[in-house]
Amino acid sequence: MAPPAVRLAARLLRRTLLYAAAAIVFAYMVFPFLWAVGSSLKSPAELFAIPVVYWPSEPRWENYRDVFSEQPFGRNLLNSAVVAVATTFLSLVIGATAAYALGRYRFYGKRPIFYGMLAVSMFPQISILGGMYVLIQAFGIYNTWIGLVFSYMVLTLPFTVWVLTSFARDIPRELEEAARVDGATPLQTLWHVIVPIMAPGLVTAGLLAFIQAWNEYLFALTFTVENSTRTVPVAIANFSGAGQHEIPWAQIMAASVIVTIPLIALVLVFQRRIVAGLTAGAVKG
Amino acid sequence: MMRRLSLLERRQALTAWLFLAPSLVVVALVAGYPLYRTIALSFTDTNILEDRPAEFVGWQHYRDLWGIGLTDEESFAPEGAWFRGDHDWLRAIRNTLVFTVVSITLETLLGLLIALLVHSELRGRGVMRAAMLVPWAIPTVVSAQMWTWMLNDQFGVVNDILLRLGVIDRGIAWIASPDTALWTIVAVDVWKTTPFMALLLLAGLQSIPAGLYEAANVDGAGPVRRFFHVTLPLLKPALLVALIFRTLDALRVFDIVQVMMGTKHDTITMTVFARQQMVDFGDFGYGSAISTSIFLMIGVFTAAYVVALRVEVD
Repeated sequence: MAPPAVRLAARLLRRTLLYAAAAIVFAYMVFPFLWAVGSSLKSPAELFAIPVVYWPSEPRWENYRDVFSEQPFGRNLLNSAVVAVATTFLSLVIGATAAYALGRYRFYGKRPIFYGMLAVSMFPQISILGGMYVLIQAFGIYNTWIGLVFSYMVLTLPFTVWVLTSFARDIPRELEEAARVDGATPLQTLWHVIVPIMAPGLVTAGLLAFIQAWNEYLFALTFTVENSTRTVPVAIANFSGAGQHEIPWAQIMAASVIVTIPLIALVLVFQRRIVAGLTAGAVKG
Repeated sequence: MMRRLSLLERRQALTAWLFLAPSLVVVALVAGYPLYRTIALSFTDTNILEDRPAEFVGWQHYRDLWGIGLTDEESFAPEGAWFRGDHDWLRAIRNTLVFTVVSITLETLLGLLIALLVHSELRGRGVMRAAMLVPWAIPTVVSAQMWTWMLNDQFGVVNDILLRLGVIDRGIAWIASPDTALWTIVAVDVWKTTPFMALLLLAGLQSIPAGLYEAANVDGAGPVRRFFHVTLPLLKPALLVALIFRTLDALRVFDIVQVMMGTKHDTITMTVFARQQMVDFGDFGYGSAISTSIFLMIGVFTAAYVVALRVEVD
């Protein structure tokens, strides 16, 4: 046994190293976002200064105004909001009934359907890009909100069904039986008994669907051509300045901060739900 | 011998199918049909930029792509090359595989370290957990733009820090230089997805009963032995799931590459290549053959996953 003083020193060293490591990891994860915030408040002179200026001497809030006056960013935000909300709503309504059937009922053919949903939620978007483009053109919904919502269902619906099924499975059977004894139809049981209990699951699945639709890039880039329908990710990737080779970095960073803050707020408020949703099924599986 | 289903069971099954119907119809429409249509397109010479009727070309695109059964005159491959197919495609496969293997290895190691760190007795664990969700919550396009700016060769903060630390003696053009472009993409992806990996692993760590560690302590096992004989084996299921999810994601990587690098040869990936053929060149026939090839490659991986892990329904 080492003398107490040595053991104490070793413990102290261990704690110091632990906290130092934690501080480094924390900085690594948070720094890029803070740098975007700083850059979004810089004047052109500070933005393109050598050596690099670390924090603006005087915050230039005009960058945030310019995003809306010099770029069609307000419209892009509206597009993203409408598309993401509609996608989330539809996925939840359609997905909840399917999850109820998969989680609570016993019937022949359940297994292949569950695996099918799982497979669809995993297969690569690119593998349907050509067919989806043709279909969207045929329906006359190219370059519209409806076209985006339509194509996003392939990303969100199977995933929603999958997450909700794992929540539906955990509901005690007695509750349904009580409802049946009281003479409730299956739809009434779903609406009055199951949905309230599944509410946490619906919040989780809804958040994940919303984030997915809000962040989506490949379909949005391919199925929209004008600023009237372009969503935020496409807009941020394509911001252009006055000159052809001039990239408006301050505005890009301001726009980045604007779209990221609500997401970070959502994620912090619903932290536990989101982690539960991400690990649902995954860890149980 | 088949048992006759009772009336109740049949009613149950009917209700279940009715509940499933809307989802099945939507999935058939947004996944099934477009997939079928993409495969069908891959056997035609459809080009959306040309105003002519498309013709059936059979396996032509697949032969050009993979170089199967091509004579030397038909092949565009450099003379003497072992791969007779499309060398841009080969490049895309190579880039994608390098990206996948390197980024996932780094993410797993780093994610495991971070998960262990957050799992240890640390004050401010809640703050760390919250910070871990920041890179995950930021849209990929936004993080690509943020890093493009940070990695700017003249005005970027990354070069500035490295210069101050004396690691480099002049600014590096991380994005423009062919030597660093792919590694830059890997680095940005590692930043973006390591926290996700760490979260999944943290959930796995938290499900390990503390009693096992106490038992290992009583048996006199040190921290290293505890890690390899208790933590790692019990973490394996969570680790495997996290690995597979990340692999599937990495194999279809698009956003980061398209935003930071466009269709540049040094970093082009399978998905970027397929979209370039279709959208930039209008070549829906050839592009669809690439899409279908990607689908089959990832499909094999997915099927192996579902079978290997035996994801349970009940």
